[in-house]
Amino acid sequence: MSVEPVLTVEDLSVRIAGLHILQGVSFTVAPTGVTVLLGRNGVGKTTTLRAIVGLTPRSGDVRGTIRMGVQSLLARPTHRLVRGGLGYVPEDRCVFAGLTVAENLRLAERRGSTPAYDKVFALFPELDRRGRQRAGSLSGGQQQMLAIGRVLLNDNRLLLVDEPTKGLAPKVVTEVAEVLERVAESVPVLLVEQNLAVVRRLAKDAVVLSAGKVAWTGNAQELLLETALTKSLLGVGSGEVHA
Amino acid sequence: MSTLVLLTLTGLGVAALYLLVASGLSLVFGLADVLNFAHGLFLGVGAYATWWAADNLPGAGSDGFGFVVAVAFGVLAGTLVAVLVELVLIRPLYSRTIEQVLVTVGLSLAGVALLQATWGADARPFPRPSWTREVTGVLGANVPNAGLLLIVAAAVVLGGLLAFLHWTRYGLVIRAGVENREMVTALGIDVRKAFTLVFAIGGAAAALAGALGGVYFGTVSPGQGGSLLIFAFIVVVIGGMGSVVGSAYAAVAVGLLQQFVNYYGTSGLGDICVVGLLAVVLLLRPQGLAGKVATA
Repeated sequence: MSVEPVLTVEDLSVRIAGLHILQGVSFTVAPTGVTVLLGRNGVGKTTTLRAIVGLTPRSGDVRGTIRMGVQSLLARPTHRLVRGGLGYVPEDRCVFAGLTVAENLRLAERRGSTPAYDKVFALFPELDRRGRQRAGSLSGGQQQMLAIGRVLLNDNRLLLVDEPTKGLAPKVVTEVAEVLERVAESVPVLLVEQNLAVVRRLAKDAVVLSAGKVAWTGNAQELLLETALTKSLLGVGSGEVHA
Repeated sequence: MSTLVLLTLTGLGVAALYLLVASGLSLVFGLADVLNFAHGLFLGVGAYATWWAADNLPGAGSDGFGFVVAVAFGVLAGTLVAVLVELVLIRPLYSRTIEQVLVTVGLSLAGVALLQATWGADARPFPRPSWTREVTGVLGANVPNAGLLLIVAAAVVLGGLLAFLHWTRYGLVIRAGVENREMVTALGIDVRKAFTLVFAIGGAAAALAGALGGVYFGTVSPGQGGSLLIFAFIVVVIGGMGSVVGSAYAAVAVGLLQQFVNYYGTSGLGDICVVGLLAVVLLLRPQGLAGKVATA
């Protein structure tokens, strides 16, 4: 019996400033676990996530189909998509540097639902202790935890997480991976990640982009076993993965 | 000593006027990225609506509680016009900077023309409570009460605005939106409501500046908003786009500089020095005193 995907992307094309960044991308995200979106720099991974969450610049042109369950996401404003259960953790974290940690979290509270502070503080006790600290003065790892914590305050049907380990120290990378592993037990995650050790630990399925097109889809662990394939698609052999 | 006190308090009075105009301008630009050249129109509407209400609105007048009613009417009119401008003209043009500039410049010119066509190009005497024509002795200086009224009003507006920004949900949304509007929407917040709100706040503050500016100058004229807007823009740039506190510091610096240089130098030299100060700030600290990140 086939399982209905939580997200379906069909023939997605995105043009921004005359560049045809995504050229007919199609893939699905399973309703459980982590699906990882891989590819070399500049192939359109972040553009894909931003198109899903409705953050393509107004000057851009998005075509194709994006569905969460049976609901079409294209042409719906970002805030409605997010309220509908699409959580987004952007690349470079994007915490509000001038606000405190508590204010960053308070901003993510949604009307009509009870924010899950207990869950967030259980995952990130540091955020509870640093509530009055300005987010801009946090370390990179703490900012990443805040960015993830903000999204986890609410119930989500799908999480989009863009390069959560980028620029972090190895110890913090492990902590972030642990958290995402626990999060993925309850909500499906579409993850953009360059660190193959993290991919190996978390990912069930993989979608590999190359030059704006889907070059490979399938089981992530099988992909990582194919050294020649990862070398050709990602520019790095799976044997070079660091823990 | 009395001259110093007089110049300082007069300079602070002018600074208060600039701050009332600049605070809304700064928030609108900081949050919505809209360079609103029509902001002076809100000031003009506030001034003329107060002037009209003092003579024609039942319960309003030029003295006592009647004057408060007239000013409230002026502020309400300025707020309504600001909200209408945002909803009807600006909202369809977000992220289209050139079209926004064209529309707001056109609107400011059309607004002045409309005021002129309705009430004439000449300055009209402004209804003023009698006590605002008098002076108060402060450390040996006779300070005009109208200037003191402006200082008190600006301080109350600044305090209220900071309290709103720090202690309310919408204030939090505005402060976050000034930093990263896109991320606010990515947290599930409809930031367009905040755009309308900052236009309303800016329109109300500018309309209050129009009403109290009328009291300060003693007259109201169609071009008053435009001339004050130039200095308000300078204040916003010096203070840092999106920062109310930055605008307050910059308004004080500009107001005092103008008054002292005009008094001890040549009349008009103060304005040139303000432009010089703007150039220095742009060269040394282009993001302004408080930058775009700090909002309160």
